[in-house]
Amino acid sequence: MPTNLSARLCTLALSLFLIAFALPAFAGPFEDAVAKFANDEFSDTEEAIGVVASSGSPLAFPIISALQDGRLMADPDTKKVYVTGTDGKSIDAATGQPVASVPDSASAVRLNNRLRRSVDAALGSLTLQSPDLATRLQAAQSVFKSHEETALEPVESALAKETNKSVKTALGEARAAILLYMSDATEVQKLEAVATIKARGDQDALALLTGIGTDQPASVTKAAASAIGSIQNTLAVWSTVQNAWYGLSLGSVLLLAAIGLAITFGVMGVINMAHGEMVMIGAYTTFVVQEVIRTRYPGLFDYSLLIAVPLAFLVAGAVGVLIERSIIRFLYGRPLETLLATWGLSLVLQQAVRTVFGPTNREVGNPSWMSGAFELGQITITYNRLWILVFTLAVFAILLAMLRYTALGLEMRAVTQNRRMAASMGIATSRVDALTFGLGSGIAGIAGVALSQIDNVSPNLGQSYIIDSFMVVVFGGVGNLWGTLVGAFTLGIANKFLEPVAGAVLGKIAILVLIILFIQKRPRGLFALKGRAVEA
Amino acid sequence: MTPHMLTRSLDRGATIFLTIVAACGILIPLSNLLLPAGSFLQVPTYLVALWGKYVCYAILALSIDLIWGYCGILSLGHGAFFALGGYAMGMYLMRQIGTRGVYGNPILPDFMVFLNWQKLPWYWYGFDMFWFAALMVLVVPGLLAFCFGWLAFRSRVTGVYLSIITQAMTYALLLAFFRNDFGFGGNNGLTDFKDILGFNVQAEDTRAALFALSCLALIVGFLVCRAIVSSKLGKVLIAVRDAESRTRFLGYRVESYKLFVFTVSACMAGVAGALYVPQVGIINPSEFAPGNSIEAVIWVAVGGRGTLVGAALGAIVVNYAKTFFTSGALAPYWLFMLGALFILVTLLLPKGIIGTFNSWWESAREKRPAETTVSAAAEDGITEPKMAEEAQ
Repeated sequence: MPTNLSARLCTLALSLFLIAFALPAFAGPFEDAVAKFANDEFSDTEEAIGVVASSGSPLAFPIISALQDGRLMADPDTKKVYVTGTDGKSIDAATGQPVASVPDSASAVRLNNRLRRSVDAALGSLTLQSPDLATRLQAAQSVFKSHEETALEPVESALAKETNKSVKTALGEARAAILLYMSDATEVQKLEAVATIKARGDQDALALLTGIGTDQPASVTKAAASAIGSIQNTLAVWSTVQNAWYGLSLGSVLLLAAIGLAITFGVMGVINMAHGEMVMIGAYTTFVVQEVIRTRYPGLFDYSLLIAVPLAFLVAGAVGVLIERSIIRFLYGRPLETLLATWGLSLVLQQAVRTVFGPTNREVGNPSWMSGAFELGQITITYNRLWILVFTLAVFAILLAMLRYTALGLEMRAVTQNRRMAASMGIATSRVDALTFGLGSGIAGIAGVALSQIDNVSPNLGQSYIIDSFMVVVFGGVGNLWGTLVGAFTLGIANKFLEPVAGAVLGKIAILVLIILFIQKRPRGLFALKGRAVEA
Repeated sequence: MTPHMLTRSLDRGATIFLTIVAACGILIPLSNLLLPAGSFLQVPTYLVALWGKYVCYAILALSIDLIWGYCGILSLGHGAFFALGGYAMGMYLMRQIGTRGVYGNPILPDFMVFLNWQKLPWYWYGFDMFWFAALMVLVVPGLLAFCFGWLAFRSRVTGVYLSIITQAMTYALLLAFFRNDFGFGGNNGLTDFKDILGFNVQAEDTRAALFALSCLALIVGFLVCRAIVSSKLGKVLIAVRDAESRTRFLGYRVESYKLFVFTVSACMAGVAGALYVPQVGIINPSEFAPGNSIEAVIWVAVGGRGTLVGAALGAIVVNYAKTFFTSGALAPYWLFMLGALFILVTLLLPKGIIGTFNSWWESAREKRPAETTVSAAAEDGITEPKMAEEAQ
């Protein structure tokens, strides 16, 4: 059928024509560059990276990131390049068309260290203009670290368009880093760059300035040296601030654990070795509250701690009153026996919790407002630590106000100062004792709620705090809440400042030894009660 | 210590106690070694080792009773002295392994080879000699107790404060010994012992001999404690316990008395630890755990503080109960029982088993004045201390 044949020929001719003319039309610099990957020569690859990165093609990012991960396959025979996705599917790198399979002759494009830096820089500049703020910021940071000359242009164009302040700063720093390392940048530009990097003032900036080499103009070297000095000072200050913050955080935990003990020990002279178990009861109360909320009212999860705090106070407080009425009141005036009995009690409580809840750690979640962190200068502050500090200080303030302004507080202070005189004045000392013990235990329960957020909730939770709490109380001085406050924060901060020097365990040992020595010097602690109360 | 003093210091209870311990120390090893295995009267080897452990605990309890029962010093860190004595013995046993260790290093113990130590740390020198190790068993705990006590007693740290800082001391040592770079085997401690003075530690006759030695040590320790508490020095110690300030105002140097008895007690605890280690076959940092020391105090309380015999009895009774209950179906409830023991003994049996028995005996005897023929020592108040505590 001639017509049919001629039609076919026409189609063929047209196709050939289209192929002949259309292919060169598509084969722009991007495709040429992609093809260069197939040569698998480092110099060609480097050139290709530069062209691809600046092409603006949507394929640029997948190609470069595939190159970074060794997923960019090149066939040296056909000069075809393929991107193998992380899901195993492959596309043609030049066209973006999916391909059934990568030929066996293809192999991954090789990289050396120099090329890896180019890849990092290219990826950095590719994401510099991403719509996502966090991606842009990260890209700017990665350019800052790699400071590849090729990234200068993308950085500058991104800088012109950028509206967000922090990204703009990061881009400015990235530009400064590139200029500082660029051999053909002017001296003025370099000095400006040093100033910008100095203003950044962190560990990365320090590394950047230290690595500039000797072939710089003298003025730049001098400026860099002075910048290094000033950054090192800043860093030292920040690391001090960080240690102080960690110390405050540890101190708040210690204070929280010890504050209840300060009341029972200080007011009643009772050594409660089961104090740690009251903390544990509080933590398990939190666990139960969260379990109920999880199964019944999932929407209330963010309020779980607010619910748990009063409940933990009541539960631990009730247990405390029960202990006081059933055991401790028979042992007044025999502190060493009290110590043994309460130790036995702590064993019983631990084993009871182990029997009911199992020996393993139970999971207690962070509500959304307690998870995450924020940056303050160069330190990261986690919300849970911050909230615990705030919470501890609030508990301390409430307790102090209670002792100062309520009738029970007045009675408690009277009993602390002179038990017999207080009794003669009509204060029911045994009732005050029971309530005081309940109060101290209840506060330990509250401490358990807070500690459940940063520690494992297990039957051994209390034991890990008991010795530290005693140290705080003994160090601070018995019968004085301010002493406990000062003691807790002193020990916390001293511990955290010793840790980087001596290591965590040795630091702790050093603190214990220091306390032992300190007690020799001041047997009744920092803030000792004076007068007759001491010998009473 | 004159023979006269010895006999004077022995009352009927002490005589019975010493007779029983001596009889056990002789008969149990003999029965274990001479009678055929499986015979009705033969004591199996595992029981010899187990009872040997109890006897060591009894010595530890005795040392605690000496300071707590007679001087009112409640140490919650006596486990530390026990463990230090044990480590001193363990170091000797480690050096005896020689080339038979896994790595076959003639000088370095296995764990040091494993941790890439190049040479023996200086504080391990001399521990290849038994006499040196035996000396260290006394010197190390004694020296620590002396330094600690010198600081604490001189600045008049008393009562619960002292208890708490002794606890801090053992806790600090626990943390220290857990460290690998401290040079005592870290977490795993010292183990895999081969022989002691050339005898295989696993062998039956060595175990029997160690048991007999432990009984001998208990007897000697008991006699030493007895001699201390029945001397004039002992009277001053009791005075310190009951009214420290008054004793000081009477012109006694309270600190020196306390320091002496505290150091003696620590040395005894060290000996107990040194005998304990070859029989148990391991020493590790968990022996420093504050819980262990407090448990040792409760043995004394159960048996009766200030009675010496009671302390040893309490250690054996409580540990036997522990073995009995933790090996059976009741294992999960052992901590409940131990905890309840702490509470009930302090509440209901403040004098302990022996103390309660003694006062029952006294009151029974008062009703029958014709039978007042018991030795004079029982009446001088030693066996029945006043439980008045220096209140804080």
